[in-house]
Amino acid sequence: MDCINAKFVSQKISKTRWRPVSSASLHQPDIFATGSWDNEDNKVSIWSIGEHGVSNMDDEFEGDPQLLCEYKHNGDVLDLQFLDQERIVTASSTGAVTVFRHHQNSQTLSVAQLWDRAHHYPSDDAPCTGLVCNSPEIVTVGEDGRVILFRADHKGVLRTIENADSSTIHAVTFLRTTEVLTVNSIGQLKLWDFRQQGNEPSQILSLTGDRVPLHCVDRHPNQQHIVATGGQDGMLCIWDVRQGNVPLSLMEAHSAESKALFLQQFVGSPLSSIKHRPSVHMFRGWLFVALGKLYEFFSTILFTG
Amino acid sequence: MEEVDVEPITTLIPGIDFTQKHLGFVWGPGDILVYETKHKASGTASGGQGCPFVHVVRKDEDIYSPILRKLFNESHHIFVGLQKIKEEVPNKNKKPQFVSISKNYRSVIRACMEELQQVAVSTRDAALATQYGNQVSILLAVELIWNLCEVLFIEAAPAGALQLHLLDWVRLHKADVDEKAREVLQSESPAEHSAFWDVAISYVLQGRTDEARQVLVKQATLQPAARAMFKLLDSLLMKMPIYNPGGTQTLTEFDVKWRHWHEECDRCLQDNSFASNRHLEAICKILVGDEDTLLEYKGLLGTWYHFLVTRLLYSHPTVKPTELYYYAQSSMDMFLDTRSAPEPLDSILLAAFEFDLHQVIKDCSIALNNWWFVAHLTDLLDHCKLLQSHNLHFGSNLREFLLLEYASGLFTHHSLWQLAVDYFDHCPEFGRVYLELQVERVPLDTERKALKVLRICEQRQMAEQVRSICKIMAKRALRNDRLGSALSWSIRAKDAAFATLISERFLQDYCARGTFSDLDLIDNLGSAMLLSDRLTFLGQYREFHKLYGEKRFNEAATLLLSLMTAKIAPRSFWMTLLTDALPLLEQKQVIFSADQTYELMHCLEELTAGQAVPNNDRPMQEEDVESTRIELLRLALARNLAQAIVKEGTVEA
Repeated sequence: MDCINAKFVSQKISKTRWRPVSSASLHQPDIFATGSWDNEDNKVSIWSIGEHGVSNMDDEFEGDPQLLCEYKHNGDVLDLQFLDQERIVTASSTGAVTVFRHHQNSQTLSVAQLWDRAHHYPSDDAPCTGLVCNSPEIVTVGEDGRVILFRADHKGVLRTIENADSSTIHAVTFLRTTEVLTVNSIGQLKLWDFRQQGNEPSQILSLTGDRVPLHCVDRHPNQQHIVATGGQDGMLCIWDVRQGNVPLSLMEAHSAESKALFLQQFVGSPLSSIKHRPSVHMFRGWLFVALGKLYEFFSTILFTG
Repeated sequence: MEEVDVEPITTLIPGIDFTQKHLGFVWGPGDILVYETKHKASGTASGGQGCPFVHVVRKDEDIYSPILRKLFNESHHIFVGLQKIKEEVPNKNKKPQFVSISKNYRSVIRACMEELQQVAVSTRDAALATQYGNQVSILLAVELIWNLCEVLFIEAAPAGALQLHLLDWVRLHKADVDEKAREVLQSESPAEHSAFWDVAISYVLQGRTDEARQVLVKQATLQPAARAMFKLLDSLLMKMPIYNPGGTQTLTEFDVKWRHWHEECDRCLQDNSFASNRHLEAICKILVGDEDTLLEYKGLLGTWYHFLVTRLLYSHPTVKPTELYYYAQSSMDMFLDTRSAPEPLDSILLAAFEFDLHQVIKDCSIALNNWWFVAHLTDLLDHCKLLQSHNLHFGSNLREFLLLEYASGLFTHHSLWQLAVDYFDHCPEFGRVYLELQVERVPLDTERKALKVLRICEQRQMAEQVRSICKIMAKRALRNDRLGSALSWSIRAKDAAFATLISERFLQDYCARGTFSDLDLIDNLGSAMLLSDRLTFLGQYREFHKLYGEKRFNEAATLLLSLMTAKIAPRSFWMTLLTDALPLLEQKQVIFSADQTYELMHCLEELTAGQAVPNNDRPMQEEDVESTRIELLRLALARNLAQAIVKEGTVEA
């Protein structure tokens, strides 16, 4: 990227997500949502860059992002996903899962659905730490070790896997439409199949030896059995879920400090061999955004074994 | 104790009648907790209904303003950059860097000011608009003071250049001249505009001779009769010498030239060349530096420091820094009404002209409700080596004291606390101690926040705080029955005692329920098992169960025995272990060898030896169960021993 635009928004942002563009459209996404955290009043906001509806063929956007609308959010926004073009789901530190609707005509946000205390302890609130959407289904995970399945228009909970984990589950991703993968703070990946009854995972993978907490997980856009996880010590692991306990490759994403990686999917071009400051890694079509900062970066990654 | 220079402001607490009851209070890091006590102000204590609330009184509201947040964030960035400037380069060469940093700070202030101004104008809420307006005026004053400090202290311009810088300073802070000029010039007939002469004279007062000349030309065309006069004035303005610091002309040469010009202007005045046009005469008088004329235009000057700079420009352009104070004091006296007390801003500026840094800082600290300005300014001045190490009563120097105060205030903020960490890092004496105390008090609502705080502590090797935070999280997890989470936290803290506690809980759960909970955790302890003995035992015990489940009885037996003989298992658990051995003893094949059986018997004896005296407190039933179990064990052991001896004694044919 030749130019990096920075805009000061007076709040700590925890997540940003591009609004998904329909597959027929050739445009780059121009609307994104942000969720804030660690402020006295947290908000969910929708921003737009470039002219609304008009895209630049050069993919260059000039000017600051414009705030379209925002809505107060109870608790920190720990995760945020677009359910579809109009709806956003957020995971809150109070344990609530909220579905917001973005009304394009009036540029306002409103709460479409709220599952309060979806994640909870017997006598306290438990933060909901991650969620993933596959419209109309939403799967959320939390510090209480539960995995919950919702349906967007359904008032109640579709399925709860109680005590899925004895430690905090940090992130979740869909492998197939009925299978999800979760990562937790003792370094395990667990595969859950919703078709099966019971509260046992169908598979557990972990790095033998070190019990490094895993903070984020994402699936390869094209190959369903390949996932990548980011750990607290800055290590990036690529796993093949069919193959078992040993990850396919390990990479040190951040040598100096242990910071968590945030993974985002991106369909892009393969690599060149220039290595810049290691904040973002382009790996086989994935764009990893480290530390919440977006830089451009290419690197060669070798697959071992 | 320093004496208080200003009257303290009284804040009324709603709901508490201070005339009736005494108020109690407690200091916090950035605020005060105030509550009503039972003690009556006079007479006996009354039992009447009191105010049940505890009030939080906060002096500094600015850190909660979303626009000012930009100020704090950006200045934090600049501050950190400043600290990183290398020490090896001698101070002289660092001056341009310091000046540019000072300019950075000022541009941040200006940016915030503009944003605030925009919001103040556009908001419909009157109270909010006033509040924003107040903040804008405070920022204006702050920037004015900072700019002056930059000119006098950081730039430290010598005579000659000093005047130029002061002129820039004044021009920057009197922006309405350009507005007025634009208005006049864009009108249909500028020369006949009512504000025309105001604009022309304002330009002259600011030393902007070129612009003044351009404006006067317009008037000249209107009055062809007075053309000669205009031309004369024009030439005077053109010839006015301006010192060029980078040029070859020395100060003395400039001074000589200037005096010539000054005499020329004076001659024109004496000749009555401008007598017919009072405006032009006024301008010439200004050029000569006539103070009375200058005072006539008080309205256009606006402030005493503008008067000062103009006066210096036209009477002592080669003023030396040390002479400034005298002129400043006299200008202030001449300009202001001596009966009213000087405003805080005026006394601060005067102190700056006096080069009394400490007075400036002290006055600013009192006048402003936020430590932001004084902390950053003092830090910058300290880097320029301008502050003598003025030791305060509590050991640290002025810079550190102010930075600590500012950062402590920041720490109370919901999300700005992260900035404060960097400030503490750069306070060599007390920074670490302050940080250690503050970081433990950050509210930890979510694991994510706890991890952020932990990272800060781990980066600075604050082991004590790491342990403390992990313990808080572990305790919370334990309270919510999240044993796995709790164990995870205690392993991170390397807290052996807590790990032992949690392992006990696991074992108790097992005894109660017969199965392990959280197998996924216990199975994957890995090297963390060695943290605590109890944890190791837990891991091994689980291992035993796994082996048993896989029907690897021999290995299971050996493991079980080693748990007792190697004293890894706690005594209290031995009974359970022996009971677990029962099924192995009862197997058809001999699993425990003779030696092993002897060991087991020995363990059983050790266990029962201590229980020789029957305990009268325990109910009879329990005693029965207990003794039956021991009987069974003894029987099983004896039988196993018999079989083992036979088996080992048999020679395989």
